[in-house]
Amino acid sequence: MQAIQLQWIDYTILVAYVAFVIGIGWTLARYMKTSSDFLTSARSIPTWVTGLAFISANLGALELVGMAASGAKYGISTAHFYWVGAIPAMIFLAVFMMPFYYGSKARSVPEYLKMRFDERVRALNSVAFAVMTIFASGISMNALAKLLHSLLGWDYNVALWISSGVVLLYVLKGGLTSAIYTEVLQFFMIVLGFAPVVYLGLKDVGGWHAMNHSLQSVAVNPAALYLKDAGTTYAPNAWTSAWQPVLGGASANPMGVDWFAMIFGLGFVLSFGYWCTNFLVVQRAMAAKNMTAARNTPLVAAVPKMFFPFLVIVPGMIAAALCTMPDKGYRIPPALVSEAAYAKAVDAVKTADATKPDAAVAAVHDAVGKNIDGVKIASLVAANATSKLTDEQIKQGIYNSVAENDYDGVILSLVKKYCPPGLLGLALTALLASFMSGMAGNVTAFNTVFTYDLYQAYFAKGKSDHHYFITGKVITVVGILLSIGAAYFASMYNNCMDIIQLVFGFVNAPLFATFLLGMFWKRTTGTGAFLGLFGGIACSALFHALTSVGSNLDAAGHVINSMKGGYLHVAHVFPSEMAQNFWLAAFAFIACFSFTAVISLATKSQKTDADLKGLVYSLTPKIVDNNIPIYQKPAVVGIVLLIVCIILNFIFW
Amino acid sequence: MGLDIRWPIGLMFTLIGALLAGFGAVVQSDAISLGININLIWGLILLGFGVLMLLGAAKG
Repeated sequence: MQAIQLQWIDYTILVAYVAFVIGIGWTLARYMKTSSDFLTSARSIPTWVTGLAFISANLGALELVGMAASGAKYGISTAHFYWVGAIPAMIFLAVFMMPFYYGSKARSVPEYLKMRFDERVRALNSVAFAVMTIFASGISMNALAKLLHSLLGWDYNVALWISSGVVLLYVLKGGLTSAIYTEVLQFFMIVLGFAPVVYLGLKDVGGWHAMNHSLQSVAVNPAALYLKDAGTTYAPNAWTSAWQPVLGGASANPMGVDWFAMIFGLGFVLSFGYWCTNFLVVQRAMAAKNMTAARNTPLVAAVPKMFFPFLVIVPGMIAAALCTMPDKGYRIPPALVSEAAYAKAVDAVKTADATKPDAAVAAVHDAVGKNIDGVKIASLVAANATSKLTDEQIKQGIYNSVAENDYDGVILSLVKKYCPPGLLGLALTALLASFMSGMAGNVTAFNTVFTYDLYQAYFAKGKSDHHYFITGKVITVVGILLSIGAAYFASMYNNCMDIIQLVFGFVNAPLFATFLLGMFWKRTTGTGAFLGLFGGIACSALFHALTSVGSNLDAAGHVINSMKGGYLHVAHVFPSEMAQNFWLAAFAFIACFSFTAVISLATKSQKTDADLKGLVYSLTPKIVDNNIPIYQKPAVVGIVLLIVCIILNFIFW
Repeated sequence: MGLDIRWPIGLMFTLIGALLAGFGAVVQSDAISLGININLIWGLILLGFGVLMLLGAAKG
């Protein structure tokens, strides 16, 4: 992708945004007097602020970029990650789990686990969370720096250190409160920065119905856009209907996922495991000013979350529809090819013998190193033989012949296509805001867990509050530096990062079973929870070692890449990696649930009923919401949101 | 905690909206996306949003 030239107006918008987020941090600095102010916002923030921060901390650029990519690859089925994979879990968190998190006065999710179980469970969860958070932050920052390098020509190191430095400035000054307040500003920036791209894209394809009509031809022949292998075909509604293709079975939808894996694997295990136990998002609700505000935080967040598919998935669908319209001159960006490789391929076309197109195709393939469309290359060679093409024309021809897509480039290709100077600055600022909100969320969650659950718990008990306040600030700097280190690690050792993410997948998959049993069954013991978690993690790894995906097997049935599983034995083959991940989560949950229950029955609880009051459902007095208006009652709001979510599912059935 | 977040949000979007709308009004070269002066229109929308935020904050 050619670098975009920004104008003064674009830089002015970018600088104005950076000035405001740093200004918020500096304004809040005077209110930071205790470790509680810095690390937990002293539980002082109103619902609408924590609600928008809750959603913004989750709205990292990986989601913006990734969901547009999935919109092009899978169509409206991607909305399952919202309407099945988020909203029900957010409502469950608000109605059933926040009373325990907030009412127990725990300062973090690992601290709740310590109160409910024992130190072993807290240590396991806090160490895993702290390490995972740093790597997640590093992966995100690496993606940002690469993006700014390819898009704007900025130096990788400069982009990485400046964007990290801005986050450090406002988080170090204003702590969690600063992160939460800027996340609200970033939420509006992201929505208002990307909305015009969606509007202009829909206008360009002729509106919603025209887009859906175009996507029917994509579904019938996805290979034409290099979305699937040649010969693959789906029902015409595969890109425009959310449920019918899934109910038709794994082979009938582009995700390759069956309905059980979608509902139980994604909709229950993975979704509840993320939204109900991940301290990164739960921390926002725990910073609310009272119990009602804390319970309503995920519900406030659920409102925009429900409609985000129209902001982040529809651009991908627009991109796929545009590809079917030759007059638009658009294609999904091809897989990245270096300038040197393009130059070599141009030479191969210029020196090719038009009577031997196969040799030319092979030469271009070798130069580019990607799958290429042989028919297009042959016609390019013929065109060059009849009338000498310029190097730029040949390069454009090769660009259009690369038969692999860079889906992560979809949203930026639309920004580049539709945004004139001015709006371009706004869209790029929105992208930067999403990266910053994600990184600030990770860093503030990391410094709270590290300070309270590791440093205070195991290394420096009983120190003064000022000591932990200073420690929190130091850990903020350390967290940012570790994130930068993780970003460099991700850029240099891509395969190692894949392995690390795979291991985190094993650790996270069974986690919700521990919380579910802990909160709703008083007989669950610390030993049961600790050993059950390890059992679940071991079963995750075993499941992965015994299963693989169809595309990962060669003609003889041997595994090509062990990162995709099946390295011990291929007992089952899934149609897609997504299906494998959903089933792995379901399997790990059932294993962890079973181990925890059985071991708990075989071991003695160290906690009395009095110890568990406020931590377990059956031993906690139910909250009576008599003194608040009906529109603020979490149960009522939750039911309304669930009904709206069901209606959305039916509209796009 | 001492700061009404609507002040910075309102100020920022008022500033960016005015800048974008002004730029859209002055620069009308083939700055036009799909026949729409999107900078002018979207700038005015951002300006309106920013002013609403400021009014909310000023109201207490």
